[in-house]
Amino acid sequence: MEEYRLELKNVSKSFGEVQALENINFQLGRNEVVGLLGDNGAGKSTLIKIMTGYYQPTIGEIYFNGQKVDHLTVPKARELGVETVYQERALAELQTLWRNIFMGRELCNSWGFLDVQRMRDETYRLMTESMGFTSHAVSPDSRVGMYSGGEKQGVAIVRALFFDAEIIILDEPTMGLSLKETAKLVSFVNEIKKAGKSAIFIDHNILHVYNVADRVVVIDRGKVAGEFLPKNIGLSDLMKKMVHVAETGSLE
Amino acid sequence: MKSQTDGIAPPVSQHYKVPFSLRRFARANSAQLGILGVFLALWLIFIISAPETFLSPQIYYAIMSTIPFFAIMAIPLTIVVIAGEIDLSFPSIMAMGMVAFYFTYNSTGLIGNATIQVFLAIIAALLTGTIIGWINGFIIVKFGIPSLVVTLGTQFFWRGAVLVLLSGGNFTLEFITKTPFYPLLVGKIGGYFPMQMVWLIVVTILGWVFLNRHRFGAHIYLIGDNVKSAELMGVNTGRTRIQAFMLIGLVSAFAGVIASFYVAYFWPSLGDGYLLSTLASVFLGGTSVFGGVGTILGTFLGAFIIGSIEAATVAIGLTGFWTQLIYGLIIVLSVIMHTYLRKRAE
Repeated sequence: MEEYRLELKNVSKSFGEVQALENINFQLGRNEVVGLLGDNGAGKSTLIKIMTGYYQPTIGEIYFNGQKVDHLTVPKARELGVETVYQERALAELQTLWRNIFMGRELCNSWGFLDVQRMRDETYRLMTESMGFTSHAVSPDSRVGMYSGGEKQGVAIVRALFFDAEIIILDEPTMGLSLKETAKLVSFVNEIKKAGKSAIFIDHNILHVYNVADRVVVIDRGKVAGEFLPKNIGLSDLMKKMVHVAETGSLE
Repeated sequence: MKSQTDGIAPPVSQHYKVPFSLRRFARANSAQLGILGVFLALWLIFIISAPETFLSPQIYYAIMSTIPFFAIMAIPLTIVVIAGEIDLSFPSIMAMGMVAFYFTYNSTGLIGNATIQVFLAIIAALLTGTIIGWINGFIIVKFGIPSLVVTLGTQFFWRGAVLVLLSGGNFTLEFITKTPFYPLLVGKIGGYFPMQMVWLIVVTILGWVFLNRHRFGAHIYLIGDNVKSAELMGVNTGRTRIQAFMLIGLVSAFAGVIASFYVAYFWPSLGDGYLLSTLASVFLGGTSVFGGVGTILGTFLGAFIIGSIEAATVAIGLTGFWTQLIYGLIIVLSVIMHTYLRKRAE
């Protein structure tokens, strides 16, 4: 049997009386890009926050590379190679660029003392090579709060890539981006694929997901409504199906 | 966009360096330069209005011997405020540490060596302060109650505990003057330079290193800036905040020890007068009440401004009643200024 990079078995999550997720079964294969589609409030963000260790599932099991992981936490998930670009970007806007790039993962010695020069150097390199920042306003010591929406998103994405990520989760990454920036993002997801990594791409824009995903999972009202392969379905059929899901809660 | 997926790359050979620019330096350090400007301007005003006082060295020795008692607590308080929290209980922690000191000294009489007894008593005081700090942090983090409310409560609780445990009594610390801890903590180098000032400098340097060159400080800034982001990125926000409260507990107990040693006497009201001046030092020093912004150097200078205001109001001929009014004004003005700066930055 093929071993999945990441697998969720019968995962449910409730917040008090509210059942956010119900019996979710989800697999992410090796070198696979899975698109997650669903209307606002369908449970997409809760699902990814379970995968990143931010929320603990009420019931259900999480497997990484076929190994069951109990009590997944954010640092543990990052150790297992999960990097996330959150919808809310998860930046500290009053802090400098280098502090944001290394947030929660500062380069330091065994005593916990920071290697500030190295973090600045790496930030400068990432900035010029990977983010393509050329504006004079952007430097490792500039404050992230002053950046444009696209630049902030660039910081969040590059941060996910600097560390040795095996699974990259992108939660609504195109939100607030210009057309050019969106095109850049799509080519970037294709590069994740080429580099042999896996990714989960969440968006409510069907077009973006359709173009980059190998497989699309549709979520509705906290349940998996169904899944399909983009190569087997036309875009107009897909649109009809999504409306159907929104009305009935199932794909068929 | 080129992907960089090979994990941490080998160190780059070319260091990132920017050519020095006065404008950039001024903008990056505007808060510290601002407070330095206020410091120098006030000093000039003091010298002009009371030249006999402010041109003689005596006033500076006097300032340096009294300021450290609260300035030393303003350093960890800065860290707590940068993390977006507040601690109002430190004056009571000062006194509670001394209660532990008193009981430890009295119950170790069998040792018969005052130096060892005082040493154990100091350790007990520091330990007590750290534990009270941990309790503050634990309540704030685990129950999710605002630190303002929790520490307002624990401030009264521990002050009450001091009064109950000692039946409101005060006692002399005559015995400490014969131990080496007396000159070590509150002696005078060369007969002039007060040792408590040396301890303030030590705590300031350690505070700076922990805040700016250690993972602990990096997490403090991130938590104060955006606690949700910090949590999403794997920062242990609860543990870091509890550590910050333990730190101020430890340093407050230490401040209680040196303040009591200085007069070789213990009053159960120890620390009561330091609440306002410590808070004012932190806020005057440019630390934002909303968290995420602040510097140790700013607080250090802020403490000296606060300390000299007291000396100056008397030297200029105003009554001591004015100092409280001025401290209150400083706190309110700095909070207004930060609200304004924050709105402009958004």
